[in-house]
Amino acid sequence: MSTLTGHSPRREPWTVLPWLATPALVVFVGFAVIPLVGVFALSFTTWDGIGAIHPSGLASWRSVLTNPGLPHALWVTFLVMVVSWAFQTPLSILLGTFLAGRQRYRALLGVVYFIPLMLSSAAIAIAYKALLDPNFGLGAGLKIHVLSQDWLGRPGLAFGVVIFVVSWQFIPFHSLIYQGGVQQIPKSLYEAAQLDGAGRIRQFFSITLPQLKYTIITSSTLMVVGSLTFFDLIFVLTEGGPGDATRVLALDMYKRGFQANLMGPASAIAVILVLVGLALALLLRRLGGRDAGASQLEGV
Amino acid sequence: MTTMLTEPRRPQKPGHHERRRHTRQAGRRRNWAGGLAGWLWLVVVAVPLYWALITSLKAQSRYYASNPLVPSGDPTLDNYRLVIESDFFRYFVNSVVVTAGAVVPAVVFSFMAAYAIVRGWRLRVLRAMNGLFLMGLAIPLQATVIPVYLIIIKLHLYDSLLALILPSIAFAIPLSVLVLTNFIRDVPKELFDSMRVDGATEWTTLWRLAAPLTRPAILTVTIFNALTIWNGFLLPLVLTQSPERRTLPLALWTFQGQYGVNVPAVLAAVVLTTLPVLVLYAFGRRQLLSGLTAGFSR
Repeated sequence: MSTLTGHSPRREPWTVLPWLATPALVVFVGFAVIPLVGVFALSFTTWDGIGAIHPSGLASWRSVLTNPGLPHALWVTFLVMVVSWAFQTPLSILLGTFLAGRQRYRALLGVVYFIPLMLSSAAIAIAYKALLDPNFGLGAGLKIHVLSQDWLGRPGLAFGVVIFVVSWQFIPFHSLIYQGGVQQIPKSLYEAAQLDGAGRIRQFFSITLPQLKYTIITSSTLMVVGSLTFFDLIFVLTEGGPGDATRVLALDMYKRGFQANLMGPASAIAVILVLVGLALALLLRRLGGRDAGASQLEGV
Repeated sequence: MTTMLTEPRRPQKPGHHERRRHTRQAGRRRNWAGGLAGWLWLVVVAVPLYWALITSLKAQSRYYASNPLVPSGDPTLDNYRLVIESDFFRYFVNSVVVTAGAVVPAVVFSFMAAYAIVRGWRLRVLRAMNGLFLMGLAIPLQATVIPVYLIIIKLHLYDSLLALILPSIAFAIPLSVLVLTNFIRDVPKELFDSMRVDGATEWTTLWRLAAPLTRPAILTVTIFNALTIWNGFLLPLVLTQSPERRTLPLALWTFQGQYGVNVPAVLAAVVLTTLPVLVLYAFGRRQLLSGLTAGFSR
């Protein structure tokens, strides 16, 4: 052994290994890190998206920060985040617990549940847009008046629809996470509780829920940080409307940048988006008291 | 972070029967709330899917008069013909090119990087790279899209499929590296040592030893990235312009803009663009689902 180890400088790994990581590094720096830095830089310029880029100091920031559109977009983003979290979390825990059962029919239901995960946000939004159409949609066809409202044409309703469709798309994913979490809870805990005469509900609140603590933090981090990046769905479904009722930050950025051709202010909003995301991720990590969310910040 | 991937790796078979016996006992008291939610959610998920499917098979002329939840007496494929005649085959090919063109390099590069990070953990350079990739998990694609657009213009790649491929690779790398490093770390060190004793280079060890041993993780990462890129909407929206470069989600959107009131045709387009993924789902559900939660389970 001793004669064989490290006898060949040709195979000295310390010289080869960094090269193996280089392709990933180059693409990642070129199309993720540089853009991230670039968006900060662009927020101090004026650019219409086609012509030349002119440095303009704080002009973009001034225009963004004094525009009433920003607090509104922040507020809508916050509402979407909180309401969709509050709607999705209990349902996902309930469904995850349900799916964790070993009964065969539950597995079969699972097959249907997870279909929405495969679909693109664009496809989901388009199907729902057709389904909710007040004249040609499902409600109108069934001639049920309550269902044939102008779902996407009235601010409150449109907001509710966005929350519902978001949940329709993402509850399966979070149920899947909770299912995994529930299956990792030691069965002996339940057996002990049963011997002590604890009922189903008692077991759920004193065993399942506390044991799921880290799963809840992971899932919530993904939900909250992910909700900042809902773009496709809202863009196709409502385009931020009616008016600006569902105009979240990401949409506000797109519309200012690529529709109003104000890339400077749009970049400033992108910077705000990054900062809000980072702040939320750090906050949730602090709440977790563990490294739970550290490496799982990516929105879904 | 270290416990994150225990779920997919854990052997499923041993103890399975035992577990079943226990839950049977525990399940004697029914989980009413869960059961109710379970069946209700089934309806919530299934009704829109069912409605979309049956409506896509109705003739437009009859659609408005029919009961929307009853399938048509004489189903027609006319809507699908309209969709296919609207150049959807080309969009399908574009989506395949972009997805394959991005996923293959993304996974290969990530695997090489993950291998280097695990094997060269003593090198500060590689630890720094790992840190950089981890930070990348927190970068939202939306926030960088304006500079990405600028870079693509400067590279004269605007309105090309390559313009979609390059940023897609970049944004697939962080999570892929994370998942793959976790798996490569589990390969016993002795195996690497014996490869070296046999005179294998790092390059051969990478492909002959590490890759076969972490195949499930590679598959998982491939699936996750493929789904994300296949369903991507923002990059095509911002980085392409001409109809010949559309990918499926974008084509779907423009198709609805064009045929908005023709609900059956719009839904036929939705069903058709979804079909490839659903076929995969039917055959590889387990892998797809574990691919989706890669790195997130607990």
